[in-house]
Amino acid sequence: MGFPHKPHPKETVVLSQYFGDVEARTHKGWVKRGGYEALAQALKMDPAAVTEVVKESGLRGRGGAGFPTGLKWSFMPKEKKKPHYLCVNADESEPGTFKDREIMRWTPHALLEGTAIAAHAIRAEIAYIYIRGEFTEPWTIMERALAEANAAGVFGSIKVYLHRGAGAYICGEETALMNSIEGKRGNPRIKPPFPAAAGLFGMPTTINNVETLAAVPPILKRGAAWYKGLCLSNPKSTGTKLFSVCGHVQRPGNYEVTMGFPLKGLLYDMCGGPPAGRTLKACIPGGSSVPILTREETESCLLDYEGVVEKGSMLGSGGVIVFDDSADMVYQIMRLARFYAHESCAQCTQCREGTAWTTKIMERILSGQGKTKDLDLLLDLSENMTGKTICVLSDSCAAPIVSGIKKFRGEFEAYLAGKRQPVMVG
Amino acid sequence: MADGMINLTIDGAPVSVPPGTLVIEAAKQAGVLVPHYCYHPGLPVAGVCRMCLVEIEKAPKLQIACATTVTEGMVVKTQTAPSKSARQSVLELLLINHPLDCPICDQAGECELQDFVFQEGRDGTRYGEYAKRFNPVEDFGPDVLYVPNRCILCTRCVRFMEDVAKEPVLNVSERGDRAFIGIHPEARLDHPWAGNVVDLCPVGSLLSKDFLHKARAWELDKTASICTGCSQGCNITLDTRDEVVVRVRPRPNLEVNRYFICDHGRMHYKWMNRGDRIEAPLIRRDGELKATDWDEALDRVAGILRGASGTAVALVSPGASSEALALAKRLLSGFSWTGAFQVVMGEEAPLPGVPNLALRAERAPNAKGAENLGYSRDYARALEAAKTAAVVLVLDDPDCAVEASGALIYLGSVLGADAPCRRADVILPIANVAEEEGTFTNCDGRDQRYYQAKPAPGMAQPAAWVLGELTAALGLAELTR
Repeated sequence: MGFPHKPHPKETVVLSQYFGDVEARTHKGWVKRGGYEALAQALKMDPAAVTEVVKESGLRGRGGAGFPTGLKWSFMPKEKKKPHYLCVNADESEPGTFKDREIMRWTPHALLEGTAIAAHAIRAEIAYIYIRGEFTEPWTIMERALAEANAAGVFGSIKVYLHRGAGAYICGEETALMNSIEGKRGNPRIKPPFPAAAGLFGMPTTINNVETLAAVPPILKRGAAWYKGLCLSNPKSTGTKLFSVCGHVQRPGNYEVTMGFPLKGLLYDMCGGPPAGRTLKACIPGGSSVPILTREETESCLLDYEGVVEKGSMLGSGGVIVFDDSADMVYQIMRLARFYAHESCAQCTQCREGTAWTTKIMERILSGQGKTKDLDLLLDLSENMTGKTICVLSDSCAAPIVSGIKKFRGEFEAYLAGKRQPVMVG
Repeated sequence: MADGMINLTIDGAPVSVPPGTLVIEAAKQAGVLVPHYCYHPGLPVAGVCRMCLVEIEKAPKLQIACATTVTEGMVVKTQTAPSKSARQSVLELLLINHPLDCPICDQAGECELQDFVFQEGRDGTRYGEYAKRFNPVEDFGPDVLYVPNRCILCTRCVRFMEDVAKEPVLNVSERGDRAFIGIHPEARLDHPWAGNVVDLCPVGSLLSKDFLHKARAWELDKTASICTGCSQGCNITLDTRDEVVVRVRPRPNLEVNRYFICDHGRMHYKWMNRGDRIEAPLIRRDGELKATDWDEALDRVAGILRGASGTAVALVSPGASSEALALAKRLLSGFSWTGAFQVVMGEEAPLPGVPNLALRAERAPNAKGAENLGYSRDYARALEAAKTAAVVLVLDDPDCAVEASGALIYLGSVLGADAPCRRADVILPIANVAEEEGTFTNCDGRDQRYYQAKPAPGMAQPAAWVLGELTAALGLAELTR
């Protein structure tokens, strides 16, 4: 895999400061760059005080849900009766998202340091880093970094294990991930109980995303106030966020910006906009699971949790998928539906059958065999796939369908009316 | 309202239930059956079929009744538009890959998919002309067939094998709509309790080979009975079609067998349909057994008993009802009496997930009852005593190695060609367990009643009736202490 681009002047590099810096991968190199100072500092503090700093910083989960990290840590039982576990979600599988991969590739010790701090804060004695099966290079790098960190005694009495997934998207769902670590089929669990009460092996567990934990050392080192100050719009969204931009832009890649940065600036200034002669058509701002934005919505959208919600989508994982005017939205949405149909764990009826049926209808529309009533059927199906299941996989399949039909109905109707050349699918 | 109880309202009906009760169970108390597939009270909650979605006031979205515990003041609505439409959608989705082969499916008539679709499903499908998922029928075990096309993946079978039988040979294989129930490639579904997966399956996906195409559900008459396979005393239902027992199913009893029966018990019914039965009383006349009517036969026995004195021996079956056993004892109360039974022993097979539930080593339903009534387990001694006894009464034990020099009276349902009881002076035909009403005492001392499922053949009568007539004839009917 290649080297990342040089940071754009408008980027705020915190997490990505050492991307491309090979020396930063080693323990020695990381220490030279001020690494593990935050950990030393945290270990001198009471766990509750560490949690308080993170709470104060306003850091929110970077995996997609945006839950306040400090608050999540504070849910762990105050009185310790059972072993506590920390799970690190490095199963980055959301289509369009590739930020955690880069953190692990370039700054594995940032993740390990954040892991050690979090484990201290929640008083965990064991941490599992669950790495996506396809991430061969990050796996190798993480293995090496962990060996170095262990040799340097970074974790003290805390045991850290790397656990490799087998490539199932659903194992990125927190409870499915725990089942997977336990050696079971990666099926999401019913909540409650929530992980803080009964998580991994039935014990109190906190699970955090890679990017979230990598942001913890700078917060401790530079202070909650500094992190909180990194905010361009809504004060509820603080700090920096890595955005993985892919699709129809001239310079795709990971870009780190302050919360509240305009999406337009990210796409046009940093990524160079669509290829020459093309115009922007649509954008999925937070990984494939969130609703699609039109050009107008995209160009007026601010990149923080509230800003994207205001436009009718979600910040999600920060995987920005860009479509220019050459994109066939019906085909793109079919590909998304097919992905979810393939990855459904098969537990809930709506998801197991609904994602597959949705895909079949989309394929039929593309093949020119669609019927007018198919659109209403898709919407009704999506309605019944939203908020009815254990996890949100089926909601994720429905989101692009609903927003796609709403915003690009003309393209669907062109297929239905036979005005577009049918596409070979399957 | 009782102390410590949680009060809630379900479809307008107030109910009080203990804390920790699931909404779906509380609803049953309010007389509301929330449609469901994956939930089963005998299994851990899975929450996967999403059929039991109900509206709960103040909850932001529909909740599954099977995984939501009651809270004080909760208001549950099962019949609102969102809840009904969610269920209708689940039903439609469950049917898109379903073969709709009800006319040839054993489950038809007792199929929860059929029932709930009939109750609240859509009039037609919107699935259109797409091909349905197809997987061939699989042979899972000695008595279990898996028809994947009908499977709704409720995972009851998987959870039963994993959490109750503790032999996790089944799983959900594959993902998405390609999923099916898989079996370990080197395993068979041959656990001694595996047959329960057939009962647990809410649709016709897991079928009993034994019951395959034997009857339609609506042709069956159901009778509450007690399993005679061992001394556990599992509560069962005898399913009869045209007075033939065709199936045995567990009848829930939380104190004895919960929702389950073992395969031994499940298969322990064919003898109830035996055709080679004694159909008329037989008495020895001129050295040969001759058929006669009940009056003459009973007179003959009464005469024998009146004319004899000294010792009497009763060799009884531990499968006889307590009523018959008590009357047999009373009938011989004028004699110096010995009564004994013998029990066939087998291997014990517990169901690990349920405490105190096993296929017991004692393969008889009423050994405890016989013992309580004073019958001895020392069968050999009784056989020895029989040699010189004035009267020997054999109750339903046709193959017992009896040698009698005195009078031999046999009450039984069958009589083999070489059976020692052929030497009896009188043979009285009796009903078997499916043909009479009676009581068994299980290994824990629990008295349990069973009922008549079919008529006895010919002139056969329940043993308790026969022995009752005889005690009356001898003037022993009144209880004397």
